[in-house]
Amino acid sequence: MEKFLAQFMPVDASEHGPALDRLSANVHWLMLVLFVAWGLYFLFVLWRFNAKRNAKASYHGVQSHFSSYAEAGVAVVEVILLVGFSIPMWSAWTHPPSAASNPLEIRVVAEQFAWNVQYPGPDGIFGKRDVKLVTSSNPLGIDLNDPHAKDDIVTLNDLHLEVNRPVIIHVTSKDVIHSFKLPVMRVETDAIPGMEIAIHFTPKMTNESGTENDKWEIACAQLCGLGHYRMRGQMFVHSKDSFRKWLAAAPPAQTSIGS
Amino acid sequence: MGLRRQIRVGSQWMYADEAHRALREALRVMDDEHGEHGGHHQSWIRRYVFSTDHKWIGIQYGFTALCFLLLGFCLMILMRLQLGWPGQPFGVMKLLGATRAPGGILLPEAYNQLGAMHGTIMIFLGIVPLAVGAFGNYLVPLQIGAPDMAFPKLNMASYWCYLPGGLIMLASFLAPGGTAQSGWTSYPPLSVIASQGQTWWLIGMVFLITSSLLGSVNFIVTIVQLRAKGLSYMRFPFFVHAQFVTSFLLLLAFPPLEAAAVLQLMDRVAGTSFFLPSGLVVSGQVLTNAGGGNPLLWQHLFWFLAHPEVYVLILPAMGIVAEIIANGTRKPLWGYKSMVFATVFLGFMSFVVWAHHMFLTGMGTTISAFFQTTTMIISIPSVIILSSLFISLWGGSIRFTTPMLFALAFLPMFGIGGLTGLPLGLAAADIHLHDTYYVIGHFHYVVAPGTIFAMFAGIYYWFPKATGRKLNEFWGRVHFWISFVCINGIFFPMFAQGLAGVSRRLYDGGMQYQHAKQIAAQTNPFMSICAIGLLAAQVPFIFNFFYNAIAAAFGHRDEGLGSNPWGATTMEWAATTSPPLAHGNFEVLPVVYRGPYEYSVPGSEVDFIPQHQPTAIEPAPRGGLLPEKAVAMREN
Amino acid sequence: MDAHASVGHAELEIPYNVHPRPDTGVYNAKLGIWLFLASEVMLFGALFSSLILLRTGADSWPRGYDMLNVPLATFNTFILILSSVTVVMAWSHLRLGNLLKGRIYISVTILCALIFLVNKGFEYSHEFREGRFPKTNNFLAIYFTMTGLHGLHILGGVIVFLYFLGPGAKMWAHDPERYTNRIEVVGLYWHFVDLVWIFLFPILYLM
Ligand code: HEA
Ligand code: HEA
Ligand code: CUA
Ligand SMILES: [Cu+2]
Repeated sequence: MEKFLAQFMPVDASEHGPALDRLSANVHWLMLVLFVAWGLYFLFVLWRFNAKRNAKASYHGVQSHFSSYAEAGVAVVEVILLVGFSIPMWSAWTHPPSAASNPLEIRVVAEQFAWNVQYPGPDGIFGKRDVKLVTSSNPLGIDLNDPHAKDDIVTLNDLHLEVNRPVIIHVTSKDVIHSFKLPVMRVETDAIPGMEIAIHFTPKMTNESGTENDKWEIACAQLCGLGHYRMRGQMFVHSKDSFRKWLAAAPPAQTSIGS
Repeated sequence: MGLRRQIRVGSQWMYADEAHRALREALRVMDDEHGEHGGHHQSWIRRYVFSTDHKWIGIQYGFTALCFLLLGFCLMILMRLQLGWPGQPFGVMKLLGATRAPGGILLPEAYNQLGAMHGTIMIFLGIVPLAVGAFGNYLVPLQIGAPDMAFPKLNMASYWCYLPGGLIMLASFLAPGGTAQSGWTSYPPLSVIASQGQTWWLIGMVFLITSSLLGSVNFIVTIVQLRAKGLSYMRFPFFVHAQFVTSFLLLLAFPPLEAAAVLQLMDRVAGTSFFLPSGLVVSGQVLTNAGGGNPLLWQHLFWFLAHPEVYVLILPAMGIVAEIIANGTRKPLWGYKSMVFATVFLGFMSFVVWAHHMFLTGMGTTISAFFQTTTMIISIPSVIILSSLFISLWGGSIRFTTPMLFALAFLPMFGIGGLTGLPLGLAAADIHLHDTYYVIGHFHYVVAPGTIFAMFAGIYYWFPKATGRKLNEFWGRVHFWISFVCINGIFFPMFAQGLAGVSRRLYDGGMQYQHAKQIAAQTNPFMSICAIGLLAAQVPFIFNFFYNAIAAAFGHRDEGLGSNPWGATTMEWAATTSPPLAHGNFEVLPVVYRGPYEYSVPGSEVDFIPQHQPTAIEPAPRGGLLPEKAVAMREN
Repeated sequence: MDAHASVGHAELEIPYNVHPRPDTGVYNAKLGIWLFLASEVMLFGALFSSLILLRTGADSWPRGYDMLNVPLATFNTFILILSSVTVVMAWSHLRLGNLLKGRIYISVTILCALIFLVNKGFEYSHEFREGRFPKTNNFLAIYFTMTGLHGLHILGGVIVFLYFLGPGAKMWAHDPERYTNRIEVVGLYWHFVDLVWIFLFPILYLM
């Protein structure tokens, strides 16, 4: 089932992704079993109890309690999926990795219709933001008077990650609700103005081959206006070295905004 | 054809229905002679426009809702054209005007308008008024043996809130900047900063909510107070139970949306910030509102309504299907009691699952665990209801009439829709599927081949009740089979798209996205062709419907159809065929002697015993002969 | 009901319109108003929940007593409670068959409601003059929304009472019991509207 579903699904490039896909596959097993079992029963009944074949209906019908067992069975499987998989997975999803694993922290700020990405820079601390400072060259309103801000790196629709290194992304929005979706990472969360939601995952594959299939994207999954359909960003997962190189080459806020 | 009851009138034996007709005619003549006070002298307006008769109000609701349903479908056809062949010009698009589709090419903002209105129209102006306003209104009083609804004037008011609500929604297309375009869910801040059409949408909703509230109070009082003698709760036809629970959902779930609509109106009109946090920057401009609001507040209020609302869409459909299956298999429903309890339980639970639409709004483990659990729990009563319906088929003598075809098709179709709700209900699996076409596929399977098919089943089944004519069977089958094939062709590929991660509400169906463009290009044109096929399949139905409705309006009845053409047991068939309007329902209020589905009772000669028939087994002769003739024949 | 009654008359006779149904113990309108009030509970419940959510999420929340007129609102609270009493008086006099006294008490109720509305109007215009509008902050936003909606409910009640005082009272002549029932039903609605105020007052003005 997992393979069958995978044929429709995008590559699965994160650490938690396979578990998530497996849960999906398991639910689909339950669905398939129910559908096929009831479906075969249904077709049989339609054939067997056609009025032509069965002129006189039975007042009492089925006497056994088979269906109660079937219903109990469904309930049991649901409990297993819920308690055994979904709830623990959600718990893992909402608990950020420890500092010991040296996570990469990034802030993503959505706006109509683009993704602003902010890296804290070498000092590891995000600079202050102030909406009053927002201009077209400073879409995040980064306050350059804040010493932590000068070294921040700001990109537009361009997300760079390091393979095998956990990443924490703080997602928020400047205007309306968007939804930050990385299909290949099995990651999604709403970008809600006035709220910052932290999500985390660990990329397990790089996409530096440059082939068509390696083009990974940020999608916007929540209707956010007329440009919703094209609110798209790119995502690159680098090896350790090339990520370092990218970071070094990226212009800090001081130069990119100052101009 | 089943048994026709006979009664003695004076010294003569007559068929009961003929006797009733004669009595009615006599009374009419009397009324004519006596003058004014007769119901026949109501003005045309009182009878057909501001009618207080539940049957006519039901017909008004039904006709209006069907028109809206067709309109909602037509909007969707335009969207499907765009999805199938993005950016291509189409002649029909020009109907939307140059601001929306210059040169026949649909603009993104117009796509969003169509989407929001498709959802709103289908749900609030199509299915709910059809399922509750039309079927509920027409059938509930008849099925419980009541002369009318408890508050006939309120019933009229309910329709007359619904219609203006709908017209306001339609008129909003003319608003500057077009109609609402923030989805049927109208999430702020998008909806708050949207153009004027959103205000119209909110006002329209207030009308629709008022209409539903009036209706639901009326239904509950009618069912509780006007039940015929002997009609205990466990003798209700399942349809009545479904409507009863539905009414409670409408009554208690709609007010929070009304509150939310008022708050959003204030945000839009009075400049408040209920849903607007501080520091919003829209297209480079800092918004000057006070801030401090919370966009999630709207979502909670909205889904607190909208989740129960989806059960409002499905319960009446299940009720209709249950009635028709019992009738078409000629046997009682299996597990009637557990179905009833499951329905009531479903109603309760539907108030505590709403946040499963909001898993990805930064929800913590505890809350998500709560809502996942309630969501899994609520799937169980659905499983019980559906299993009972499946098992009811066993041992039946199934007649594949058109209503039965639609009712039978409902079962697996609802099954697919319901089953695909399960991965969505598990929050972890929902991460990848949220807001994708998987969700669209999920709920369309429940509402389109589910609820809409049930509505069709109901229309074919009760059409003779309302008009005295049967819809044509052949064209009914044509309608069914083409619809069945096409509708699956539209919605099944959505699951593949959803698994691929294709988001919903995309103007071009996902052609911009690497992960989506391949599957979108492969499936969207096919789905759109199926949608056009589905539209074509409605043509025979529409003709069939109007041909027979108009013929009936001119007094052409199917002679020989009798008042109970399906040989049914429930009480709506105890009234005369197409009960005259504004005259009450029954010559004499019926009394109930048994449960709702006494089909194929062992030892009975006929295979159905109506609820209101005093003696279980009638000694009357068979074959539609009057006693004298029967005696004469025996002597020959 | 005999056959002719149901067929011959334009005004259809609905069972249990006036007298309670034995097994449920209520007449139709009474059940209807209870259901309607249940939906009203959900309406105001949603608004109260919104208030709580906004308030707990806010960095700072103005205090009602700092800007609103507490004495006037206290007076209004008493006026409304008084009107609840007079409505009961009206109903009990009608039950005793005294239309005149019933009407007098209905009039007093209407008067109380009008005093309430006029006071509310003073309060509103005072706020506006001070430059305090719904859009000023979320406290005022919810204050104006909730008291405004409550005011509309009062106004609705006034209209209904006026109707029963005037044209609606014709029913007394031929069906006094039904007329009395109607006053009972409006009375229930009126108590509910008072009750909402009794929640609104401390939450908005005192907390
Ligand atoms: C009538 C409408 C209806 C019904 C009945 C349901 C029923 C269910 N829905 Fe659905 N749902 C919607 C309408 C409906 N839904 C709509 C409109 C949306 C989207 C709104 C929007 O965002 O715009 C939605 C969205 C939605 C979501 C949010 C998804 C997201 O946005 O990410 C979730 C998540 O939990 C969910 C879950 C469920 C569940 C668990 C059920 C369960 O009740 C289902 C239980 C039923 C079964 C389990 C089937 C049992 C069947 C068998 C046992 C027999 C099988 C046999 C054969 C098939 C032969 N639904
Ligand atoms: C009850 C609800 C309902 C119903 C029945 C339908 C029915 C259909 N829906 Fe829709 N749909 C929604 C509710 C519904 N929808 C909602 C809520 C959304 C989300 C909107 C949003 O994003 O905000 C949506 C979104 C939606 C989308 C996704 C758009 C997007 O995300 O960009 C699509 C795409 O194909 C679609 C297609 C269809 C189709 C092809 C039908 C067909 O099944 C239609 C079938 C219709 C008929 C068969 C008509 C029958 C009527 C007659 C024959 C009339 C006869 C008349 C007389 C006799 C007078 N719908
Ligand atoms: Cu941003 Cu959709
Ligand atoms: Cu739901």
